Amino acid sequence: MPVQRRGAAVEIAGLRREYFSGQGAVLAIDHIDLKVSAGEFLCIVGPSGCGKSTLLRILAGLDRQSSGTIKVDAAGWAVENAMVFQESGLFPWMDVETNVRFGLDTRGVPRAEAAPRVDAALKLVGLTHFRNHYPHQLSGGMRQRSAIARAFVTDPGMLLMDEPFAALDAQNRVILQAELVRLWEQTGKTVIYVTHSIEEALLMGDRTVIMTAQPGRIKQIIDVPFPHPRDLIQLSGSAEFGKLKLDIWRVLEGEVMRARAELEK
Amino acid sequence: MSGMSGKTQERLLYLISPIGLILLWQVLLMLGIGDRRFIPAPSDIAWRYWEMLRSGELVQHTAATLYRVFAGFFLGSIPGIAVGLLMAMFRPVRIFFDPLIASLFPIPKIALMPLLLLAFGFGDASKIALVVTAVFFPVVVNTYVGAANIEKIYWDVARNFGASQAVVFRRIVFFGALPMIFAGLRIALAVSFIVLVASEFVATKSGIGYLIWSSWELLQVDVMFVGIVTVGVLGLIATVILQEIERKVIPWKAE
Repeated sequence: MPVQRRGAAVEIAGLRREYFSGQGAVLAIDHIDLKVSAGEFLCIVGPSGCGKSTLLRILAGLDRQSSGTIKVDAAGWAVENAMVFQESGLFPWMDVETNVRFGLDTRGVPRAEAAPRVDAALKLVGLTHFRNHYPHQLSGGMRQRSAIARAFVTDPGMLLMDEPFAALDAQNRVILQAELVRLWEQTGKTVIYVTHSIEEALLMGDRTVIMTAQPGRIKQIIDVPFPHPRDLIQLSGSAEFGKLKLDIWRVLEGEVMRARAELEK
Repeated sequence: MSGMSGKTQERLLYLISPIGLILLWQVLLMLGIGDRRFIPAPSDIAWRYWEMLRSGELVQHTAATLYRVFAGFFLGSIPGIAVGLLMAMFRPVRIFFDPLIASLFPIPKIALMPLLLLAFGFGDASKIALVVTAVFFPVVVNTYVGAANIEKIYWDVARNFGASQAVVFRRIVFFGALPMIFAGLRIALAVSFIVLVASEFVATKSGIGYLIWSSWELLQVDVMFVGIVTVGVLGLIATVILQEIERKVIPWKAE
C-alpha cells in the first residue's frame, strides 16, 4: 500500500449566496460555517433545492458567494479541487483517454509526463481496455468511472462530487459507491460529496452534514461511527446502520415537508 | 430478404422513387402521351448525355461549374465558421455582426450579381464572389447557434479544470458546434449550386448554367435536360461526400 496521502483542508465561515431575479432576491444558502479536515470524506444531505449544489459550485469556483469566506489549505497540491458532475460531463468528441487527460492538458503537463498518470488513473477505475472508446459507447457506470478518473488524474487536494451516482441504476450505484470508498481509503483525499440519499451519505462518509430547506443552512452535523475499511453491503444490512438512518430521516423529514409546503404555496 | 443487410435494403429503397419516376416518364412518352420535341424521353436525354460526354463538351462545362462552386464554398464557409465561433465566445463580436447578418442574410444573393460583375468583371471571380456571399450566411448562423447552445456542463467542466480561452475555443466550442456546422455546410452546398447556376445564365460562355440557358435560346430541350440532370447529380454527389466527411469527423454522433 502506498504512503497515505492526505487531502486539502477547508474552512468555510459565514457563507451566503443570494440570487437576484425579476421577483427579487432568493437566498440559496446562508450562515454556512463548516470545517473539513484534510483527508475527510464529508457528505452533505438535504432536500431538493436546499442549496447543496450551490455550496459545491462555489467551492469549485463555478459560482461566487455573496458574502463569507472560504479558506482552502491546499499547500503542496498542484490542483486545489476537481469536480465530478451528476451527468458525467465527459466531452462526447474525445475518447476516454483524451477526456481523462484533459485536466493535465489544460495545465500544460507535457505528454510524456501525462501518459503514465493517465494510465494509472484508468487502471484505478478499471477502464484500461476502454481507453479508446467514446463516451456514447460506454454504459452510465463506465462514464462516471471515466469522470472520476478525469478528476483523480490531476491529483487534486479535494474531490467535489455532485450526486455523481444519482442517474445510475441501483446495482451500478452500489458497485461505484464501493469503488469510490476503496479509492478514498487508498488515496486519503478530501472528498465533499453532495447527495439527497441519507443511505449513501452514511455508507461512505465520515461525517454527514444535514441541510435545511431553502434557504440552505446547516441543521445538524452527524459523526458516522463506522470504521474503515468498510464493506458497504454488509454495513447497509446492519442494525446500527438502520437505526442511524432512521434517526437522520427524523431530522430530515421536517425539512422535506417544509420544502414541499414551500413549493405548493 | 435473406442475406441482405438492413443497410443494403435501405439503399435499394432509396433508389425506388427516382427510378420509378423515370420509368413512368419513358413509358408515357412511348405511348404517345406528350410531345417528344418539347419533352424529351429519358432515353433521348441519356443519348444526348452520352454524346456530350464523349465530345468533351459536358466535361468542360462541369469543370467550370465545379471550380466556381468549390472555390466559393470554401472561401465562404471557412470565414463563416470562424465568425460564428467568435460570435458565440465574445459578446462584442456578436453585437458587431448581429445587425449585419440580420440585414444582409435575407437579400436574394442573385440580386447582387450586377454589383459583383461591376466589382469583379466577367470572369470567374464575380461568380465565385456570389457563391461566397450565399454560403457565408447559412454557415455563420448555424455555427453560432451550435456554439451558443453547447451544454452548460461542458463550460463548467472546462472552467473547473482550468482551461484557458484558447483551449475552450479549440477543444470545446469548435467540436461542440461541429454537428450544427455540418448542418450549415449542407444548406450552403445546395445554395451554392442554386446561385451559381443562375449566375451562369448571364455574362459567361462556360458552366452548366450557360449550357442550360443557351440550349433554351436554341430550343435544344434535350441539352437543357442534360444540364438540369447534371446539376442534380453533382449536388447529390457533393452532398454524399459531405455526409461521409461528417461521419468521419463526428464519430460521436448517434449512429
